[in-house]
Amino acid sequence: MSLVYVGACSHAPGITGRAHLVENTAKRDEFYAALDQQRQDIEASGAEALIIVAAEHFANFFMNNMPAFCIGIGGSYSGPIEDPEWLKIPKATVPGAPDLGRRLVREVMQSVDVAYAEEWKFDHGIMVPLHFLTPKYDLPIIPVNINCQGPPLTPLHRAWTFGEALRRACDSVPDKIALVSTGGVSHWPATPDSGKINEAWDREFLGRLMRQERDKLLSYSDEETYAQAGQGGFEIRTYLAAAAAAGGPGELQFYTAELPIFAVGVTVARFDIAA
Amino acid sequence: MSLYQLQKFLYVLNRDEAAQQKYRADIDSLIGEYDLSDEEAQALREGDIGLLYVLGVNGQILMHYAAFLGIEWFDYLDLMREGIDKHGPVRDGVYAMTGGGQSFTVEEKKR
Repeated sequence: MSLVYVGACSHAPGITGRAHLVENTAKRDEFYAALDQQRQDIEASGAEALIIVAAEHFANFFMNNMPAFCIGIGGSYSGPIEDPEWLKIPKATVPGAPDLGRRLVREVMQSVDVAYAEEWKFDHGIMVPLHFLTPKYDLPIIPVNINCQGPPLTPLHRAWTFGEALRRACDSVPDKIALVSTGGVSHWPATPDSGKINEAWDREFLGRLMRQERDKLLSYSDEETYAQAGQGGFEIRTYLAAAAAAGGPGELQFYTAELPIFAVGVTVARFDIAA
Repeated sequence: MSLYQLQKFLYVLNRDEAAQQKYRADIDSLIGEYDLSDEEAQALREGDIGLLYVLGVNGQILMHYAAFLGIEWFDYLDLMREGIDKHGPVRDGVYAMTGGGQSFTVEEKKR
C-alpha cells in the first residue's frame, strides 16, 4: 500500500500565537509532545509526501466560487497569510508535489468531482500543523480542502466518500504518502465565546471516530452540530475523511479541554490503515 | 444586502499584499471598488471590529482582519462584545455570540 500514515490533529491560531499566554503550561507541553510524536511517526513511516486535509478559512476560496473539495497541485505554496507576529509563525515557502498531486486528482475524479488548484496560500489551518509536523518544510505537501466554512457546506457523507476516494488514489500510485486531517471538534472560534468547549460532545464524537462508527458519524446534522459544537464543529468533515481513508480503528493519542486559550478541544490521533 | 461585498473586501485584503498597500495608502479608492452601504464603508474606514461583527462578517475573515490591524487577542474579543452592546445581536451568518459575553479562559479573566 502507498498510504503509510493516517492521522488527525487540531489547528488553531492560538496553538502558536497565544502559546505564551497559556497558564496550564504542563498541559500545553503535553500537547506539543503529542504533536512531536506525530511528526516522528510520519518520518518513521517513510512518507515522501504529506496530504493535509484542511478546513481553510477564506485564504483561497470564497463564495464567488466555493468548491466542495479541492486538491493542490502547485509546485510550492506560501504562508501564513496572517500577520506572522500574530500567529508566531514566520512567512515561509512550502514545497508542493505537483506530479503526485495530478495523479491523485485524476484518480479521485473517477468518483468525486474535485476541484484542483496550482495556487494556494496557507493560513493557520495548514501552517500551524506544518509548524509542528514538518518544521523544516522539507516534506512535499499536497493541500486538500473540504468546505467547512461557507454554507451550503459539503455534506458529511460526501466527506466520507471523498476520504475513500483519496484512499483509492493513494493506492493507485507507488509513492509513500502520509495523510493528516486537521479540523476541530466543538469550538466557537473568532467569536466572543472563543474558549468555549463542549467536552462531552467532543469525547462522544471522537470515540465514534476512533471506532469507525460510520453510520453514527454521518448522522450528525449541521443544526445539531451548530447547537452543540458551534460553527467550529463543522470541521469534523476533515476528520471523517481521514477515518474513511484509513479504514481502520484509531487511537486517540491526546485530547484535552483544559487549554481553552487555544479555542478548541485539542486533539491528536492516529488511524490504522486497513488492508 | 451587501454583506457579500463587505466580506469580499476583507477576504481580498486579508490575502493580497497589494490590496493591503492600497488600504493603507488610499482606503477610499479601495472601498470604491465594492458595492457597500454607507454603514459598511464607514465601519471599514474606522476599522470598527464591533460593527463588522454585528453586520455578520464571518469570524475567520474578521479575525484575520483584526490581526492585520494589530489588535491584540483579548482586545479583539472585547471589541466584538462592545459591538453587540452598542448595535445589538449579530445580524447574519453563523458566528453569533452564544455565551452571553462572558470569558471562557482563565488567561482573559486574569488579564
